[in-house]
Amino acid sequence: MAAISNRPPLLEVEHLRVQFPTRRGTLTAVDDVSFEIGEGEVLGVVGESGAGKSITGSAIIGLIEPPGRIAGGRILFEGERIDDLPYEKLRRIRGKRIGTIFQDPLTSLNPLYSIGRQLVETILTHTELTQAQARRRAIDLLAEVGIPSPAQRVDHYPHQFSGGMRQRVVVALALCANPRLVIADEPTTALDVSIQAQIIALLKKLCREHGTAVMLITHDMGVIAETADRVAVMYAGRVVEVGPLREVVKRPRHPYTVGLMGSIPKLEGERSRLVQIDGSMPRLDRIPAGCAFHPRCPQAFARCERERPELMSDGLARAACWLYAPLARTGSDG
Amino acid sequence: MAEGLARAVPAAPVQPPLLRVTELARYFDASPPLVNRLLLGARRRTLKAVDGVSFAIPRGKTFSLVGESGCGKSTVARLVVGLYRPTKGTIEFDGQDLARRQSAKQLRAVRRRFQIIFQDPFASLNPRWRVRDIIAEPIRVHGLLRDRPAIRARTDELLAQVGLGATDGGKYPHEFSGGQRQRISIARALASNPEFLVCDEPTSALDVSVQAQILNLMKELQERLGLTYLFISHNLAVVHHMSDQVGVMYLGRLCEIAASKTLFRRPRHPYTRLLLETIPDLELSGRPRVPVAGEVPSPIDPPPGCSFHPRCPFANERCRRERPELRLHDDDLVACHAVEEGRLPEAG
Repeated sequence: MAAISNRPPLLEVEHLRVQFPTRRGTLTAVDDVSFEIGEGEVLGVVGESGAGKSITGSAIIGLIEPPGRIAGGRILFEGERIDDLPYEKLRRIRGKRIGTIFQDPLTSLNPLYSIGRQLVETILTHTELTQAQARRRAIDLLAEVGIPSPAQRVDHYPHQFSGGMRQRVVVALALCANPRLVIADEPTTALDVSIQAQIIALLKKLCREHGTAVMLITHDMGVIAETADRVAVMYAGRVVEVGPLREVVKRPRHPYTVGLMGSIPKLEGERSRLVQIDGSMPRLDRIPAGCAFHPRCPQAFARCERERPELMSDGLARAACWLYAPLARTGSDG
Repeated sequence: MAEGLARAVPAAPVQPPLLRVTELARYFDASPPLVNRLLLGARRRTLKAVDGVSFAIPRGKTFSLVGESGCGKSTVARLVVGLYRPTKGTIEFDGQDLARRQSAKQLRAVRRRFQIIFQDPFASLNPRWRVRDIIAEPIRVHGLLRDRPAIRARTDELLAQVGLGATDGGKYPHEFSGGQRQRISIARALASNPEFLVCDEPTSALDVSVQAQILNLMKELQERLGLTYLFISHNLAVVHHMSDQVGVMYLGRLCEIAASKTLFRRPRHPYTRLLLETIPDLELSGRPRVPVAGEVPSPIDPPPGCSFHPRCPFANERCRRERPELRLHDDDLVACHAVEEGRLPEAG
C-alpha cells in the first residue's frame, strides 16, 4: 500500500496473534494484527496502555517472554519469514538488521561497562571490523547522535550521562550495524519535553540520512504527529485504524480514534471540556464480543455487538468499524 | 516585588487571595558524607530546590506551575501542604501564616481546608485498606463525623461525586485501573471539605483518554464546590486547558507569571518560548520547529546570573553576571534582562 516500488515491503506482519496462557485461561494480547512497513518509512503505532502495541514490537524481534507465544500469523522481514527462526538465526538479525530503542535508557545500558565497550561489543558482533576500527566507528556514532567531545565521552559510564544523553547513546547502539528497521518503543516517554523534542529530531534526521525504516511505538499522539508517515491505532489487541498521518490526525474515522484525538488538550481554541470516552479499555480476559470498542462507542448499533469488523477502506485510510461497511451505511440510516 | 505581584493578580481587590506565597525557599543538604568531607576535604553543598518563589492564588481560580523535572515545582507543592518546612519565606493561607510554628490544634484546623493529590495513584493508596476506609480517613482524622452510618453515607456521596459506585467502596485499590484510582485519590482529598487542592501532576501517569476524564472531573468539581487549585504539571497543553494563571519555573525560580491566555499567545521569557516550542503540532501546519539545544543544568551548581543564560539565544554579559528579578510588563511578571531592556524580538 505504501510501498512505491514493486519490491515487497521491508516488514510484513500478517494476522499476528500473541497469547499468554494463564491459570485462568488464555489471554490474547495481540489479536489478528496485520500491517506493513515500507523501506525508509516511519510507521507510528499508537494506543493506550494494554492495547498490545509493545507486545507487537516484541513479537517482531522475538522477545516475547515465555509463557507468552506467537499463536498465529506470519512476520516477514525483507520477504523472509522471521517468526519461526531458531534462536541463533534470529539473534543475528536482531541488532544487525533490526535495531531497537526502549523507553528507559538506564535499563537498556549496562551500568558496569563504559558506553564505548558496549558500542564496540555490538559493532564487533555484527560487522567484520577490527577492534580499533570498531572503536573509531563508536566515536563517529556518538558524534553523529550529538554527544559533545565523543572521543572522551566514549570511555564514560552510563551514570555519567544525563537522561537525554543516555537516550542518544541508546540511539547510537541501535544504529551500530546500520539496521534497515528500528523498533522504537516509547523512546521519549521518560524524557523532559525539551529533551523529547531533541530526540525526535535526532531520530528523524538519522533515519532520513540512512534510509532506515522505523516502527515508532508510543502512547503520545504528539510524537506521532511530529515523526510518522503512517499511523496504526491499536485498541484491545487489534489495529482499529491505519492510514497516512494527515488522514488519521485530521480526519479520524474510527470512533475510538475520534475520541482519542478529542481527548488531547490543545492550545488552539477555547474549550471548557475535553471530549471524553467513558469507561476504560477492557481487560484482556474480558474483551467484549463483536467490536471490542462497542460498549464505549457513541455510535454503536446492533451489528457491532455481534460481529467483529475487519479493516475496511475509506478513502486513503482503513478503519475496523461497521460504519465504513458499504451495507451498514445504507442499512442503518433507515 | 510584592506590590508588583499584587497588581499582577487580576483578583477583585476586595477579596484577598486564598493562598499567598512570598519569597519561599527550600534548601536541601546535598553534601558528601562526613568522612569524605573530613578526609578528602570535600565541601558542604546545598541544593536550592526552591529559591525565592512568590505567587498568589485568588479564591476559586487555578494557578499552575509548569517546568521540567528538577525545576522545583513539586517541592513547592509539598511546601504549601506542609510536607516540607520552608527554609525561608512565608505561606499565607486565608491570611494565616502556615510557615510559622503554631499549636497542633491550630494547624489541624487549617490543614483540613487544603488537601493534595499526588501523581502516582498506585503509590498513594494503601493497598491493604478498603477504598471506603481510605476515603474515610480524613473524616476520622479531623473528627468531622463520629457515627458510623454518617461516615458511610458521606463516603458513598464522595464516591458518587467522583463517578464511582457505592459498591466500589468495599473493594481494594488493586481492583481499579489507574484512572479509577486517581478518582479515589480525589474522593479522599475532598473528604474533609477542603477549599484548596494542590494537584501534583495528577494525570501524568494516566493514558490520554483517562486524563481527559480526570481533567473534566476536576473542572466540574471546581465549579460545583468552588475549589481553588494549585496545579503542578510539565505538560503545557494540560496547563493551558486547566489554568487561569501560570507560573513558569526554571531551576528553583519563577521566570514568568502570566494569565494563561496571555502566556500561550505571547510568551515573553525565552525559556517560556522554548517550552512552547516543544509542544507537538497536532494541527500538522508544518510550522518549522527550532530545535532547542542544551539541557537543564544541575540545581546543585546552577549557573551564575540568570540560570537560563547557557541555553538562552539572547544572553549577554549582564545575564551572565546579574540575576534578573521578576518585573511587571503590562500584566505579566517576567524575570529577564532582555525583556526589560527591550532587546528581545517579539515571539512569532
